[in-house]
Amino acid sequence: MLQTLSIPKAPVPAGADRDTYLTAYRFMLLARLLDDKYAALYRAGKIQGGVFLGRGQEALSVAIGVSLKQSDIFAPLIRDAAGRLAFGEPILDAIRTYLGSSLGPMRGRDGNVHRGRPQMGLLPMISHLGAMISVVNGMLFARRMKGIPGSVGVASIGDGATATGSFHEALNQAAIEKLPLVLVVANNQYAYSTPNLREFVCANLADRAVGYGVAGHEVDGTDLSECLRVIGEAVGNARAGQGPQLVVASLLRLCGHGEHDDAGYVDPEFKHMQLGRDCLKVAEAELLRQQWVEPAELARWRNDNIVQIEELVAQVQHEPTPDPFGEDWSAISSRHLGETHEIE
Amino acid sequence: MSLTYLEAIREAQAHALREDPRVFIYGQDVGSFGGAFKATKNLSKEFPGRVLDAPISEDAIVGLAVGAAIEGLRPIVEMQFADFSTVGFNQIVNQAATLFWRTNLPCPITVRLPCGGTAGSGPFHSQTMEAIYAHYPGVIVLTPATVEDAYSMLIEAVALDDPVVFCEHKFLYYHLKADKLPNEALPIGKARIAREGRDLTVVTYSAMVHEALAAATELSADGWEIEVVDLRSVKPLDTDTVMASVARTGRLLCVGEAWPWGGVTAEIIARVASEGYDLLDAPPQRLNAKDTPVPFHPNLWTAHRPTARSVAEAARKILRT
Repeated sequence: MLQTLSIPKAPVPAGADRDTYLTAYRFMLLARLLDDKYAALYRAGKIQGGVFLGRGQEALSVAIGVSLKQSDIFAPLIRDAAGRLAFGEPILDAIRTYLGSSLGPMRGRDGNVHRGRPQMGLLPMISHLGAMISVVNGMLFARRMKGIPGSVGVASIGDGATATGSFHEALNQAAIEKLPLVLVVANNQYAYSTPNLREFVCANLADRAVGYGVAGHEVDGTDLSECLRVIGEAVGNARAGQGPQLVVASLLRLCGHGEHDDAGYVDPEFKHMQLGRDCLKVAEAELLRQQWVEPAELARWRNDNIVQIEELVAQVQHEPTPDPFGEDWSAISSRHLGETHEIE
Repeated sequence: MSLTYLEAIREAQAHALREDPRVFIYGQDVGSFGGAFKATKNLSKEFPGRVLDAPISEDAIVGLAVGAAIEGLRPIVEMQFADFSTVGFNQIVNQAATLFWRTNLPCPITVRLPCGGTAGSGPFHSQTMEAIYAHYPGVIVLTPATVEDAYSMLIEAVALDDPVVFCEHKFLYYHLKADKLPNEALPIGKARIAREGRDLTVVTYSAMVHEALAAATELSADGWEIEVVDLRSVKPLDTDTVMASVARTGRLLCVGEAWPWGGVTAEIIARVASEGYDLLDAPPQRLNAKDTPVPFHPNLWTAHRPTARSVAEAARKILRT
């Protein structure tokens, strides 16, 4: 897939080396700065509909993107800007979908985080939580049926989605079919405003893996190194034929559910806990501690990203928006079966 | 050789599996058991690895089918009963039906719904679901009334690039027989004049076609000539054939086994009233099941759904107008 920024990426073995860590960090940074820009555009009234950010979840998300190959399958959820970029989603896809450019993959028919390129393995989420998991199952199932070996599919969900019937049906289905599915649960403590205790009462969501007969993993979602290690291991296990892997990450959403939400319901205690750390700052501190990068270099990356984002946003703002008169208003591809019963 | 409606559905699936390596069948008990109604009898043996038992997970069943379609396969999903498709409803109407519109990637899945009432089946094994699926953009909804259509339309459904909800009627499974399978058929989207007449048009589909035909025979004894239009597909709806028939007869009765509120019969009357008002010599009427769950006991069930007798009665009222 076309990548606007040239961040080098190679498939990652389990455990993170310097290059992998740097690559992952740069996608995290880009995602955070893109999110900041969407938030600014939203406040300025330049975005139709909602804005949903991934602040605080970049480490987990990016670990998915860098652990997958481009021939794999990824069903991101609303806080996966970093993972999408690392998987290969063009930055322009994201900006165009947020700004409603008709040149984007969704052509104004769907917006914000509801974007993807299914023919390239990047699924466009529907809003019904848990619903994408079985679609990933189906793609993996089809590849096996077609004799295409070695694919892994990752579906991203939150703690809230674990309460759905779709989650249960799909994870059970993946286990029955022994599919190479990695189901990544970002437990950010709140499903919109609802705390964990009103969503489930098991001690740890990862314990559910036993009940489904799949492998379970826990990870500190604020620690990039750990995310790369655990997600990399889960993806590797799935690719090696060990069946579905359930990964549960502890972290905190460092923003509202959407930009319309001030998140006043978040217990301040969380912000002082390990899971309340900002994963981007943790990663930056680690980069400096390891002396993998100079502070000036970090500042330069940040600045380069901001410049490029500004340029791309300016470009997209001049692109055509969807034209209702040019729209064909057909929901089916079998054009010969199209009907209209409106009086001409 | 004689073939039932159910056997035609099995044969159509065998044909699709034979002709197209992308086709597979996924549903509860469809494997070696051959399906609750035996619509997939022996298919898992004939096509190893391509007729697969699914867990009781209608949501995940349809979701898996959508994923397989994205990868270029042509899944056929059997819902054990149409009623249970509500559990997979979200994946049909929000996932499958929106995929092409949103991404330009077609979603060729066929979801078979054994639908309609049989005596003694009760509220949760008798429903007809065509109206609720037809309500959603992005879905083709087929309602074959004959053995020939059950066969040819199912083959065409699997070949279509869009999601198809295939409403096969359980009451017709064993009752309806044909001498042979058709070599050619009307295409999907075209209605069929099941019986010609000049006094009243009865527009209907699925099992109700046979009730309407029986009513037409009864009324012919009194000299009335009833035209029966079999819609075959409710979405797309062949408005032209309906309108042409009403133009000939001037009177319209729509009959459906589904509940009355906002369904296929209401849609037809809306279209005829708005686009063909001048063609009508009497107010258009419709006859549906009663607005209650489908009752279990045969005494209640036969009074709940339209029958040849109630169709004839409704027709007489219009003819007297």
